[in-house]
Amino acid sequence: MKKIFAHTTCLTSKPTHYCPGCTHGVIHRIVGEAIEELGVRERTVGIAPVGCAVLAYEYFNFDMFEASHGRAPAMATGAKRSRPELIVFTYQGDGDLASIGMGEIVHAANRGEKITVIFVNNAVYGMTGGQMAPTTMPGQYTTTSPNGRNPAEVGYPTRMAEILSTLTTPAFVARASTHSPKEIIRTKELIKRAFRYQIEDRCFTFVEVLSICPTNWGLSPRESEKWLEKEMLPYYTLGVKKSPEDFSEEWIDGGH
Amino acid sequence: MAKKLMKGNEAIGEAAIRAGCVHFFGYPITPQSEVPEYLARRLPEVGGKYVQAESEVAASNMIYGSAGVGIRVLTTSSSPGISLMTEAISYIAACELPVVLVNIMRSGPGLGGILPAQGDYLQATKGGGHGDYQLVVLAPSSVQEAVDLVILAFQLAEKYLTPVMVIGDGMIGQMMEPVEFPSEGVGPPLDPGDWALTGCKGREKRIINSLYLDPVECNNINLKLKAKYDLIAEHEKRWEVYNTERPYDLLVCAFGMMSRICKTAIDDLARDGIRVGLFRPITVNPFPYEALRQAIDRAKRVVVIEMNMGQMLEDVKLACEGSKEIDFYGTAGGVVFSPDEAQENMLVSLKKIPGGAAGKKPEAATKKSKPAKKRKSR
Repeated sequence: MKKIFAHTTCLTSKPTHYCPGCTHGVIHRIVGEAIEELGVRERTVGIAPVGCAVLAYEYFNFDMFEASHGRAPAMATGAKRSRPELIVFTYQGDGDLASIGMGEIVHAANRGEKITVIFVNNAVYGMTGGQMAPTTMPGQYTTTSPNGRNPAEVGYPTRMAEILSTLTTPAFVARASTHSPKEIIRTKELIKRAFRYQIEDRCFTFVEVLSICPTNWGLSPRESEKWLEKEMLPYYTLGVKKSPEDFSEEWIDGGH
Repeated sequence: MAKKLMKGNEAIGEAAIRAGCVHFFGYPITPQSEVPEYLARRLPEVGGKYVQAESEVAASNMIYGSAGVGIRVLTTSSSPGISLMTEAISYIAACELPVVLVNIMRSGPGLGGILPAQGDYLQATKGGGHGDYQLVVLAPSSVQEAVDLVILAFQLAEKYLTPVMVIGDGMIGQMMEPVEFPSEGVGPPLDPGDWALTGCKGREKRIINSLYLDPVECNNINLKLKAKYDLIAEHEKRWEVYNTERPYDLLVCAFGMMSRICKTAIDDLARDGIRVGLFRPITVNPFPYEALRQAIDRAKRVVVIEMNMGQMLEDVKLACEGSKEIDFYGTAGGVVFSPDEAQENMLVSLKKIPGGAAGKKPEAATKKSKPAKKRKSR
């Protein structure tokens, strides 16, 4: 019989701790498959964040770091600059990257570090129990915005892909989503493209992935997908925000 | 090799290169900025990497990432910057990675000032960051010793897989002295051993991590670190004694530049037959308690002189265990005792010795200098 599907070699067989319906598992698999298909597993170093994906180092089947909260892009800088032959990526959530790690991500992007950042945005702090994140939607109820996020008090959600795409240096900035099979396939294309650019020695690549959090949103997985589509998609528009093809080689590579 | 006249900060940068460290991640801060300036110029010449981080928070995490992939790495900063690095230092210690940090101390607390101080002694030796970790901390008293201790710092970091910090007061970084480097060129690279993340080709994946949700496992990590720190304490204590060959009445305890100032004062007193010895810890962690106790046992009284408000004093008290009276004189804020002022303090302590001390200072301890507190603000 012909084998048409196999578990990616880039994930261990350890069951994940993620809640039912959570899309972290899907995104892990996409990252794993992309790295496997590009043939770089044996020279990849991943960096796990603090947050729901803190145990990602248990699930990815290649060398892994665990970072302090928000600092993964700085660690990735140290690792990639020290061993440029490695394929280095960070896997970060919205509290980690868009709140406490805002400084590190912006500067790693602006220096053009030759790393890939997978940014999982589920509009909430998951691991700590559903508090408001910088990416929480206006009116969204969380444990620390019990009356719904009020932009008059705390501002509007941060759009990281758009913020980073205003910088001249980064090579590739995109936003994808996991709310439907079609978008999951598209997410994989973008993530694989980001890693391919890194292999080609392009500078900074970034894929934001919209993700659902049924547990902390208080919705079923199916309702969560619908909520993401209805509430998040109009604000967090999908697509490639910036790519090397937009600019001349010289411009994008910034003299690296 | 001939001696070369170099500024302390530049000599520290060159010492790292001689030790085989060609990767530096740092951030400018007075009075250590000549280290990144020197290395930004020098590292490309030796095939190294210099990255100016966006903050000390980032710089310290960059060395975490660099050491984690098995590369010998350095960062340097000054007091407020070191405070920002303490988070990463805790992680690096927990993950047992070899890094070297240099703190060219300025005055504090808060933004403090940019002049020399020794106010980060407790931060360096007793923690700084969270959790049960320790740093090996080395305290040079000259530019030459800063060079030697930076090289030793890399050796100790790699021998014990632990972060090592060199603490020099601002004078060490800013003054020029003749220095000799023990080797030419760049030292051999770090052996990535069986722990570094170099890609999993031909082996099982490796993880560098400090998260242990199982309390027994986390306890075991703490016990393992403690055993390592005990081993370091057993084998790596270093100190200097001065003017202790013959009997002495007063023992002065000082570290870093303050010890050199005290030596000048001690030499001057010795000319009048006044017998004062000096004990200077070189490893301020692990602190040489036993050696200090032996030196204390030979003295009638002890005086601690520091450029802070009494930080090493706590370790001297631990060594002393109440066996002798201890006086303390300190300055802060960038005010540095002159040799005359240090001598003045020693004479005050000598006067307190019951039955008096040997020797005689012809002119009483009032003439030459004013106490630091009366100085005008600058």
